[in-house]
Amino acid sequence: MDTNSTVTATASPKSLGVALLLTLLLGPIGLLYATVMGGVVLLVADLIALFVFLAAAPVGILLFVAVQIAAVIWAIKALTSQNAELLGQLPPGVATALAKLGLVTVGESERKAVTFGDPEAATGGLLWSIVSVVLIFALWSLAVRLELASPIFMPPPTEVLGQFITVATDGFRGFTLWEHLGISLYRLLVGFFFGCLLGIPIGFAMGLSKIMRGFFDPIVEFMRPIPPLALIPLSIIWLGIGNASKIFLLFLAALWIMVLAARSGVQSIRISKIHAAYTLGASKQQLLLKVVLPNALPEIFTGMRVAMGVCWGTLVAAELVGAEAGIGFMITVAGKYLETGLVFVGIIIIGIVGAAIDVAMRKAEARMIPWKGKA
Amino acid sequence: MASTLTIDAAGMIYKLPDGGEVEALKDVSFQLQSGEMLTVLGPSGCGKTTLLNLIAGFLMPTSGKAMFGGGDISGPGPERAKLEKLITGPSPERGMVFQQGALFEWMTVAENIGFGPSMKGVPRGEIAGIVNRYLDTVGLQGFGEKAIYELSGGMQQRVALARCLANEPELILMDEPLGALDALTREKMQSLILKIWDETKKTIILITHSVEEALLLGERLFVMAPRPGRIHKEYNLPFAKRGLIEDLREIKTGDKFVETREEILSMIWEMEEEIMGRQEAA
Repeated sequence: MDTNSTVTATASPKSLGVALLLTLLLGPIGLLYATVMGGVVLLVADLIALFVFLAAAPVGILLFVAVQIAAVIWAIKALTSQNAELLGQLPPGVATALAKLGLVTVGESERKAVTFGDPEAATGGLLWSIVSVVLIFALWSLAVRLELASPIFMPPPTEVLGQFITVATDGFRGFTLWEHLGISLYRLLVGFFFGCLLGIPIGFAMGLSKIMRGFFDPIVEFMRPIPPLALIPLSIIWLGIGNASKIFLLFLAALWIMVLAARSGVQSIRISKIHAAYTLGASKQQLLLKVVLPNALPEIFTGMRVAMGVCWGTLVAAELVGAEAGIGFMITVAGKYLETGLVFVGIIIIGIVGAAIDVAMRKAEARMIPWKGKA
Repeated sequence: MASTLTIDAAGMIYKLPDGGEVEALKDVSFQLQSGEMLTVLGPSGCGKTTLLNLIAGFLMPTSGKAMFGGGDISGPGPERAKLEKLITGPSPERGMVFQQGALFEWMTVAENIGFGPSMKGVPRGEIAGIVNRYLDTVGLQGFGEKAIYELSGGMQQRVALARCLANEPELILMDEPLGALDALTREKMQSLILKIWDETKKTIILITHSVEEALLLGERLFVMAPRPGRIHKEYNLPFAKRGLIEDLREIKTGDKFVETREEILSMIWEMEEEIMGRQEAA
């Protein structure tokens, strides 16, 4: 057992402290001490940054900074991958932070010889998430600076930020950004709520009764494959372009998803659980509330997450087609007047809100159904 | 409380959609006195589980009678508890969904054990006492607030056993309760079942695939034969009583035990070969 660790942990004569100091002071040249290959690669990167600097100074500076950060990371990575004990030289907390960023592996995974294909080896790359976001903004800025596209097509990030502040404070078409967003969220939640309110009981009835199953089957099977977007014209004909038509549409979008989720949740139960409940003296009502319902919760929750995603997409589309307020309305009007910056603001907000809803649902799920996937 | 289980010429025939029939049980008759321990052994398809479900009241026989404590069995009842198979891993019917046995994973260990009494409307304070007593019986003191998915397979089956006992049944039906456990845990659970049988004087019917387990735990042992499912041979055995005082491993290596084991094993081998032969002929 001991021989294993001594064989792999070959002591490196290089000091992590010296490597970091040199890299911080000299950048890629200092990195040559830790890794020759890394130093050469980043020197080339610095050269590219120099050319960019001559074309667009701020972007070039950004690239210089990025290369400097990369050099520090590379120095740590190069030395610790040879000798994991060097991590001990770092101040406490730094190693944990590095592990979170995905720069070093600690714990059991540190000793894994097979990593390619191991799902665990492909988790925790926070650093690369930061890199990708920074890269997108850098490329965006660069494209604008180099005037690759007219600002009408591609406004600079600064203008988008400016537009954001304007609509957040002054508003657009009678409503501030928050009011537009609030109207959209209101429609979303009400439609979704009624979809669940009706869909879950129908799903339960279908899962528990042959008659209900037979009765609702044709309706559900017919309505389910119709994309909610195809119902937008009908909802406008029936209910106009106000809240009612949006809520009705989202109700329909959520309804069938929730019916199917609840039905399959009910039917996912193991007969042994039903038998156990009956032998332990449960009545039908007790069985429904204490056994069938909790057993179906994981699938109901999955359905809710799917329904939320579909509803959000459907809502934005419905507001694009016809509305007098809402986040989708905002970007379609902005688009008509070529206010591209505002269109960008809207798209970014739609993306962030959609992601936030899903994260919130996942957190709620983990809290309310801790047994999901474990039992 | 002296309740006798009487199975009188019970038969069970399933009709198949293509018009054929399967005789899952044919003319099964026996009586089991209060406090007896019966083990049932046999190849797959011999109707063991059908017999158990019939006694539990989940199935009705197509002919003959099942009676308990003087009355016909017409449905599940709290006096007859069934301890279900412990299944670990993905359930075959539902792909990725993991489900284990019959425990309610949305409840804690204590809530699971107290399920029966709480269905009957026993006050909370009393339930806590019952739960603690049976946690003690199965050796899980201090595990009451744990979630089911935090327990190992062996511990889960202990919880299931405690949940059965907490409902104070007279008859406990065990359907391969230890099938999915590793050898060591299985041996511990066998001792536990013997101990509980001795302490609570419950009537127990235990189905198993393991000849050793059937011999070790059964005062009476039925070897069942398939197609039609029937009782092939009955044994009266001394090992369960001896197991209360002696070491189980010593009993298992005794001459009488080994001899009976080999006899039953070759009996089951013959049945399996016969089934294979019939399938080849068909």
